[in-house]
Amino acid sequence: MQVTMTVNGREVSGDVEPRTLLVHFIRENLRLTGTHVGCETSYCGACTIQVDGNAVKSCTMLAVQADGATVKTVEGLADGDQLHAVQEGFWERHGLQCGYCTPGMLMSAASLLEQNASPSEDEIRHAIEGNLCRCTGYHNIVRSIEYAAAKLRGEEPAPPDWTLDFEGVS
Amino acid sequence: MYPRSFEYVAAASLDEALSALADNPGAKVMTGGMSLIPLMKLRLFSPSLVVDIGRVPGLDAIDDSGDQLAIGALVRHAATASSDAVKSGAAALAQAAALTGDVQVRNRGTTCGAIAHADIAADQTAAVLALGATMVAKSTSGEREIAAADFFVDTLTSALEPDEILVEVRVPKTGAGSGSAYGKLGRRGGQSDYAVAGAAAVVTMDGGNVAAASVALTGVGTKPTLAAGVAEALVGTDGSAEAVAGAAGRATEGVTVLEDLYGSEEYKSHLAQVYAARAINAAIAAAT
Repeated sequence: MQVTMTVNGREVSGDVEPRTLLVHFIRENLRLTGTHVGCETSYCGACTIQVDGNAVKSCTMLAVQADGATVKTVEGLADGDQLHAVQEGFWERHGLQCGYCTPGMLMSAASLLEQNASPSEDEIRHAIEGNLCRCTGYHNIVRSIEYAAAKLRGEEPAPPDWTLDFEGVS
Repeated sequence: MYPRSFEYVAAASLDEALSALADNPGAKVMTGGMSLIPLMKLRLFSPSLVVDIGRVPGLDAIDDSGDQLAIGALVRHAATASSDAVKSGAAALAQAAALTGDVQVRNRGTTCGAIAHADIAADQTAAVLALGATMVAKSTSGEREIAAADFFVDTLTSALEPDEILVEVRVPKTGAGSGSAYGKLGRRGGQSDYAVAGAAAVVTMDGGNVAAASVALTGVGTKPTLAAGVAEALVGTDGSAEAVAGAAGRATEGVTVLEDLYGSEEYKSHLAQVYAARAINAAIAAAT
């Protein structure tokens, strides 16, 4: 079946089987491999993208369901070389270790901040409930999203809550 | 993980979808696909034809007709959860929708879809049961109404026929002196994920006493179930914490409690009582 959609501002088309999952269309047809395939059972959220402005799991959506839709993937977050605030936050507050969950985390975080400019820590944790990270224990991810929220509000982000004091270390 | 091959039709109208279902035994209707697609990927279910009603116009509204809310087939969990009309008129359903899946699932899945899927541990099933909702099912041969109490037949089995689509859920609004609430223990702790055990309650207070009550459980048995014994024990009491705890003790009366990966029969029976009591207390607080 022929599908046409707008992905990161670009109109794309492809010929897919009805059973083609949206994540595979994005990764294999469009060669946008930033969107990751993790659990494939809609638990882990590594495949999170935005469809018509809402965060969804692209492993649990058929490409044919996205015909005519507006899609944004992690590749669509940055503006050229200018990182999106959530990307900057994950960089500045060490919001990743292995990086596997990161594209999904970024998309969920960006979606949250589009709807709620000043989320509480509790709201942030609930907003990433559908995204699993096996490295970080979520702490720095939450701090990263708080950093991004502050940046998007035009405020100075809180300083990091770790200290790197190497004085006296021999 | 790909599903087996299937034919796909994106229905442009309800009539087109109903005809496709009637003409193709083995066809399955889909809206958000949050339950169907995982089942198909795991190859636990392989329909020959998927009839996608996700683009059918006119099914995505929550209509408030004064004493009842009509929730269309395409209303997503997120919309049910955030609707002021549902939050005030059927709080248990709004709360259950807010606790369904996660953000991404709530952005795709639909209230009607979750009800039609009839998972034993779903959230909104208990809410519509306690609220005494009516399911509106359509097929090429017409429309019929099914009371929530008759709708949930067994595990993953509803009263819908294969050629029927659940086009609307009609929920009577709780009026003055009435309140409703839903709560659960989730499989991932807190209220996250499917219910290990959950309960919805609707309570009407009159002159300081419980005049009417309805309590439904999810997660504990083979289907969402009305806890008739709890309601019976509650009506006529003053709705005090002691009265509620006593009534909630009858939560699993007549229910075959299923032991599963998330808890023993004993533990889940205990949880059913705890969450029934919490839902009733919250419903009473909302009613007064």
